[in-house]
Amino acid sequence: MTESTSVVAAKGLGLTFDTGDGAVQALSDVDLDITRGEFVSFIGPSGCGKTTFLRVIADLEQPTAGTITVNGTTPDKARKDRAYGYVFQAAALYPWRTIARNVALPLEIMGYSKGEQQRRIASTLDMVNLTGFENKYPWQLSGGMQQRASIARALAFDADLLLMDEPFGALDEIVRDHLNEQLLDLWAKTEKTICFVTHSIPEAVYLSTKIVVMSPRPGRVTDVIDSPLPKVRPLDIREAPEFLEIAARVREGLRAGHSYEEA
Amino acid sequence: MGRLAEGRLVPVLTVVLAIVVIWYGFSVLLNTPWQQGVYARADQAGVGLFQYLADVYSQQRPVLPAPHQVAVEFWNSVVNANPATPRSLIFHAWITISATGLGFLFGTVLGIVLAVLIVHNRAVDRSLMPWVIASQTIPILAIAPMIVVVLNSVGLTGLIPKALISTYLSFFPVVVGMVKGFRSPDALQLDLMRTYNASGAQVFWKLRWPSAIPYLFTSMKVGVAASLVGAIVGELPTGAAGGLGSRLLAGSYYGQTTQIWAALLMAAALSAGLIMLIGAVQVLTQRAMGARA
Repeated sequence: MTESTSVVAAKGLGLTFDTGDGAVQALSDVDLDITRGEFVSFIGPSGCGKTTFLRVIADLEQPTAGTITVNGTTPDKARKDRAYGYVFQAAALYPWRTIARNVALPLEIMGYSKGEQQRRIASTLDMVNLTGFENKYPWQLSGGMQQRASIARALAFDADLLLMDEPFGALDEIVRDHLNEQLLDLWAKTEKTICFVTHSIPEAVYLSTKIVVMSPRPGRVTDVIDSPLPKVRPLDIREAPEFLEIAARVREGLRAGHSYEEA
Repeated sequence: MGRLAEGRLVPVLTVVLAIVVIWYGFSVLLNTPWQQGVYARADQAGVGLFQYLADVYSQQRPVLPAPHQVAVEFWNSVVNANPATPRSLIFHAWITISATGLGFLFGTVLGIVLAVLIVHNRAVDRSLMPWVIASQTIPILAIAPMIVVVLNSVGLTGLIPKALISTYLSFFPVVVGMVKGFRSPDALQLDLMRTYNASGAQVFWKLRWPSAIPYLFTSMKVGVAASLVGAIVGELPTGAAGGLGSRLLAGSYYGQTTQIWAALLMAAALSAGLIMLIGAVQVLTQRAMGARA
């Protein structure tokens, strides 16, 4: 791995929250390297720090120990360079803006010209299969469509890194399968690096080239699995033996890192 | 009929009817002592019930005028009087409404400006908010004459002093509502802006301001009613200069109770009209902002 292809590099990363109830260690001694073009899933039970880690990459939280670089620079500088798009658990679309205007929001803020905005709105909405919904308001769309619109919003500007925090967590399994397929397709088309937080083992295995298994109290990485699955993955790959093998390893990693008696 | 009962008209009319009935009842009750005095002085006795009611409901200066007397006075002073003369309620209402409008405008702008400062500056929040709240504990009725007199002595007369009292009453609901409105975007929406590296001004105009719009209209509805009260209170000490307040004061000087009630009716109609106007603007704005029809 050369320096130029490293998108995220964390060394001994730790984060301790000062709560009124004493210090809570959200992340402890996390070492991780993510290279350009990877699809990395973070999986683990609640409280394992997977969302916190994503937020540290995004400069929404400040680490209290260790070092992290994003695109070879600090997370703060990377954020100011608009190096990443962030997709939250909720779509967080502005209810007073149409879908097109929601996608235009980052473009307006970043000062794209009107013509360029129109071009990008059209192309990103096409990418998430929302063409024809430009003038609808968020409440007129289903939950899955809203989340697709929020992905379009994160794709609209030129960030090579896409951070996704349980984007499909609130959706039912049928919609989720469908969106997972579309996401893989999107990833292949855009060649972005994707960091994806999830609770679901099948989702993590199906999507990722690298699976980061985490455990709580304190949040730490217990296993990093490089997936041998091919880049093109039909949905029924989930019945393939390789798939089940990786899923078993993930499950084992989760079990090892988490004693359920204390939960 | 079933559809009518589901609407707003029937319940409202029922309440109005009940009020009118009770009003007529109290009108008899309260005006009886005077009527008895009249009969005693005239040595009249054994007046029939219908004659009695007719007499009680047509007193010149009743303690409580009957609804139809107020209605007749209202009709005469609104429709039959020349609007350019002080005999007309329209004349007075216009004076009051212009002070209300100006004061409301000042108050809304002041309220929004203060809310912006409070939301964006911790020091202002700590130092100003207690004063904003304290300002509303001062009884406006007590300081209104002082404000009018003080402003008169520096050469400000007529509309401005009254408008300032309106401002004083109407800025408060706007400050409180807009502070809440500007703070209504949740952490997620603010985080999103941070990921875009948006400037403070961009966060304000693209997120905080649109989020606060529903709060603005709610505050303005409270504020406009307070503005009207402020304008009327401001007119009390100015006396002859006109306006619903001076009409009320003149009515109470000369015992013209019917005139007072007519002026009160006009004030109520004005404030209802203003609130409905803001409601209409609110509906239009919300429609433009994509609210569910």
